Amino acid sequence: MITAEQKPFEEIREMIAPYQRILVLGCASCVAECAAGGQKETAMLASTLRMKGKMEGEEKIIEEHTLDRQCVNDFVIRLDDIIEGYDAILSLGCGAGVQAVQEMYGEIPVIPALNTEFIGETRAQGLWVENCLGCGDCMLYHFGGVCPLARCSKQLFNGPCGGSVDGKCEINPDIDCAWQLIIDRLSSFGALDRLEGIYPPKNWSKKQGGGPRRIVREDQQK
Amino acid sequence: MNHVSRLKEVLEKGEFAVTSECGPPKGADPKVVLKKAELLRGKVDSINVTDNQTAIVRMSSMAACSLIINSGLDSVLQMVVRDRNRIALQSDILGASALGIRNVLCLSGDHQSFGNQSEATGVFDLDSIQLVQVVKNMRDEGIIVGGETLDSPPDLFIGAAANPFADPLDFRVVRLAKKINAGADFIQTQCIYNMDRFQTWLKMAEDRGLTEKAYILGGVTPLKSPGMAKYMKNRVAGMDVPDELIKRMEGVAKDKQREEGIRICVETVQRLKQTPGVKGIHIMAIEWEEAVGEIVERAGLLPRPLFGDD
Repeated sequence: MITAEQKPFEEIREMIAPYQRILVLGCASCVAECAAGGQKETAMLASTLRMKGKMEGEEKIIEEHTLDRQCVNDFVIRLDDIIEGYDAILSLGCGAGVQAVQEMYGEIPVIPALNTEFIGETRAQGLWVENCLGCGDCMLYHFGGVCPLARCSKQLFNGPCGGSVDGKCEINPDIDCAWQLIIDRLSSFGALDRLEGIYPPKNWSKKQGGGPRRIVREDQQK
Repeated sequence: MNHVSRLKEVLEKGEFAVTSECGPPKGADPKVVLKKAELLRGKVDSINVTDNQTAIVRMSSMAACSLIINSGLDSVLQMVVRDRNRIALQSDILGASALGIRNVLCLSGDHQSFGNQSEATGVFDLDSIQLVQVVKNMRDEGIIVGGETLDSPPDLFIGAAANPFADPLDFRVVRLAKKINAGADFIQTQCIYNMDRFQTWLKMAEDRGLTEKAYILGGVTPLKSPGMAKYMKNRVAGMDVPDELIKRMEGVAKDKQREEGIRICVETVQRLKQTPGVKGIHIMAIEWEEAVGEIVERAGLLPRPLFGDD
């Protein structure tokens, strides 16, 4: 899933300052799973903004709504029924959600309330970790299901570097050395020999070399 | 201008090689580079020039190497993959060769979060092993990544680094093998303080025949103080400083600590000299270039073999 964290409250306040009628818009998908922009967080943010606004003597109207998915047009269009009268939308969607909503309602500014972080997993309650960069050419088979691109600080395809100590990364002892994980995993598969060869330079054209990516599936189009 | 690698000549003649390093200044004054290099003249066969080490912005390694070469000394261009993609790296390989630089050391580089540009993006388009392979293909096949041919190939003696002290030990030698198979002609190791671990690693390398395939230069760094020893032990990942060395540094009066550091370093060099499989040393006297001449002299490595236009 896509993970995100709420922006600092004061930054949000600054961005919404010019607007009077604001719709705080949550998203019930990824950002709900990572407790950043679901229904609960949306209600909380809207209420905190209302309270702060009252204390500052502002006359803003701040209301909230949560879509199932902000990044899917079929869901975004449901805002048609309620969008009337708002002069800004404060979105708790990921970057894709913010842009999808903005694309649909071009005349109303859509303001991001979150910082979108990464594709990752919920490893434990309150702990999300990055493990995929969306490179467009999955290499996990070669590396025992541990992505060196997302999980090695230096993105080494032929690691580990000289800073791997006791299974930890040199840049932060809270980070596991991806290469220690790769070696351990492939050893347990009896497939360590997969690492004897030199892994060639990555084809980045699948990620960014061809400009912004799109997937076109004619079989899915009506 | 010297158009052959002196380091390569020394190693190929079976002499015990000595290299050292020079960190370029945080400034644009060429005199700083030349002054450091002058301290090393006649003491070493080649001078490594670090590439924005610890991710701190400094004069470019290629410029400093060029200055050193023009003063009649040999240099090793350190190149990290942190700051340049494959287009820039390959372009700089061609440029380095054109300037008369004859040695290159391919490295990953210290992570950008350590330096004074912690908001920079890390490029890491290639890794250090891929860079070794790319340079070898440019030199020996005359091709760049993707297979296009060059009008004229670069002439470079290719080096890589190895850290016998990082984990996991067993895989360290696999990685050394990968670097040598990729095309490394010579290897410079991380600073050796734990000789036992170094010997274990070297034995594993010998068992794989690697010491016959590439020249291994043992890295040494003279300690200035017990504080420096502790810092390296505790704060520098992949550095192995045994407690007895720290105790030894603590056991001498403050004004004798530098002398003790040099003495330890000379002892290490002498052991490396007697170790088959080690073909030279690389002295990294961090901001202490003055110490290099003394270490080399006391280790019985002077005069350096002279070649060519000397």
